Amino acid sequence: MRKKLVGGLGESNMGNKKKKNTFLDFIRKMIIYILLITLSFIVIIPIIWIIGSSLNPGDTLFSSTLIPKNPSLVHYKTLLTNSDFPLWYKNTLKIATANMIVSVFLSTSTAYVFSRYRFMGRKSMLMTILVLQMFPSFLAMTAIYVLLLQLGLLDTHLGLILVYATGQIPYNTWVAKGYFDGIPRSMDEAAKIDGASNFTIFYKIILPLAKPIITFIALTNFTGPWMDFVLPKLILRSADKKTLAMGLYDMAVHQHNTKFTLFAAGAVLVAIPITLLFVYLQKHIVEGLTKGAVKI
Amino acid sequence: MKRSKRAALLSILFMGLGQLYNREIAKGILFAIVNIIVLINIPYFRYAYWGLITLGEQPLHYVNGIAEGDHSIFLLIQGIIAVLVTLLIILIYVLNIIDAFKTGEAIEQGEKPMGIVKFVRYVSHKYFPYLSLSPAFVLILFFTLLPILFTIFIAFTNYSAPNHLPPRNLVDWVGVTNFKNLLNLKIWKNTFIGVGIWTIIWALLASLTSYFGGLLLALLVNSGDVQLKKFWRTIYILPYAIPGFISILTMRLMFTGLGPVNNFLVKLGFERMPWLTNPTMAKVVLILVNIWLGAPYFMALMSGTLTNIPGDLYEAADIDGATPYQKFRKITLPLVLHATMPLLILSFTHNFNNFTMIYLLTSGGPANPAYRYAGHTDILISWIYKLTLEQNQYNMAAVISIIMFIVVATISAFTFSRTKSFREEDLIQ
Repeated sequence: MRKKLVGGLGESNMGNKKKKNTFLDFIRKMIIYILLITLSFIVIIPIIWIIGSSLNPGDTLFSSTLIPKNPSLVHYKTLLTNSDFPLWYKNTLKIATANMIVSVFLSTSTAYVFSRYRFMGRKSMLMTILVLQMFPSFLAMTAIYVLLLQLGLLDTHLGLILVYATGQIPYNTWVAKGYFDGIPRSMDEAAKIDGASNFTIFYKIILPLAKPIITFIALTNFTGPWMDFVLPKLILRSADKKTLAMGLYDMAVHQHNTKFTLFAAGAVLVAIPITLLFVYLQKHIVEGLTKGAVKI
Repeated sequence: MKRSKRAALLSILFMGLGQLYNREIAKGILFAIVNIIVLINIPYFRYAYWGLITLGEQPLHYVNGIAEGDHSIFLLIQGIIAVLVTLLIILIYVLNIIDAFKTGEAIEQGEKPMGIVKFVRYVSHKYFPYLSLSPAFVLILFFTLLPILFTIFIAFTNYSAPNHLPPRNLVDWVGVTNFKNLLNLKIWKNTFIGVGIWTIIWALLASLTSYFGGLLLALLVNSGDVQLKKFWRTIYILPYAIPGFISILTMRLMFTGLGPVNNFLVKLGFERMPWLTNPTMAKVVLILVNIWLGAPYFMALMSGTLTNIPGDLYEAADIDGATPYQKFRKITLPLVLHATMPLLILSFTHNFNNFTMIYLLTSGGPANPAYRYAGHTDILISWIYKLTLEQNQYNMAAVISIIMFIVVATISAFTFSRTKSFREEDLIQ
């Protein structure tokens, strides 16, 4: 018989002594629920507040109640019809999707090779990419700027995507390799005996078994460009190429408090789809992470 | 002289000659083309190396209204690219010699040369790992390694505002002057040490608090008699799911002077607090917000680990009459720590470089007059950001980047070489 998880705090282990402890049990239960509820409030209040602010018709965030007394959708309307917001959304969606596809392709194939083949320099390569990615990258941006300029990729989305995808190779490779290592090698050996090529084994056997880690890599690389405001600011110059994070950052920090509520509405519009994606896929993400990263 | 040696010698003289001598026409022509391209580009290489060594000789000036002059930074980067390309060429050159020698040997032993088609098939089979890594390799070479080399080189120049910013001025090599300045000039030294210490404290506190915060959440949600586990877990996962960029900016607004947190305090009859303008409070707020943001991630991971602990362990403990506390101390905690320790260390290096958190919440503020271009809550990475993108002090930023990199890389390399032993143990499988 297997008892499913029972951490230390709330376990009723007393067996036949249980009756004597009903009062203590009750107290402990109370404490647990009080903690659960208090913590939920702490988690939720900022979320309610930003949603409330986005419904506040004025332009100050600092209304006296969490939910404004006369909520209105005016900011959403302004954003969607009378600003560059839809354009930023489209740009970001495009960059994020491309980054996701390129990253998944690059990092799964790299991780597969590192996981399944033994070749000269394998270990030192793995260590090198791990260490290289820890180099503080702000100065590097000057070099990237010049490099993109010479390649004619400055102020293009392609340039941005290349930089994003490359930057993510090391981390992704490591977690994907960790996951692939957990897939029994007997599976690909059997296929090899049947005459399957390297590529067939990879696409037909490994990838279908690696769904959780692929979901994880796809999702993190999809959401990355929604949050980065430093790199686009350097690479993208024209207003029609801007991304959401750039636009939102300017609203929240640079506009002398005048566009706070507009920021709130924009933030809600960005956060909703991404949050839903995460919550919907959380099982895969956790599984991918635990198998890929915990046992590195 | 043996055929193999003669072929190798010919390939040393000119790429592809040895292959032609071995009657491998297609391969020989390919190598020869590479050699010809290199020869044609010798002036380019000469210019690039000249640029790397001198960093230019004439700053921007106008001749009959046309801009002329050298841009030191462009020259530096072109120079580094030339070095990388040279290394690639040397690699091809060596391969060309080895190939000529090996084929020569094969012919001596009476085998026929493979021919191009067979050769390609043979190579793509034998060197499959290298071939499939090459796209990633090329990208990393130019978008990761080149920028890092650039940063390292900049540390040995005087590239900084106000007197050494191209194109108006030239940049020069200055040896280890910048390193000396960082250690000897009082204001640089104080900033470096002050910011460095806060960075370490921050990374430690931020990782530990969210790690144990996550543990607490995981234990609460997963404890035996809690109903609606899925509901609670979904609520607590929200901060991990919401884009961090947005939640941090939201928190920044909440904690500002006239923000809702202070309004709430006023309603309760307290005074407004200088959350983000008092150095100590700003640091506390940073840690708190970081728990809010980071604990859910650990909760999610630990929930997985908790559910994987075999139930028999607890049953055995029950039989021995262990108290709940003993079971937590002796079973749950060690197993969870064991499984998630690598992530705690990863989280340390992440927070060490957690630019987004610091820059979006406090922007490094409040200002610290005793520091050079840094505020009270700046960590090294956000200081580097300010030095580079706001103050144009590239040389010093490069020096700090290098030092920081050595610290972080050492810690992680050490950790990862130890985690291999983690994998070989089969405590939980």
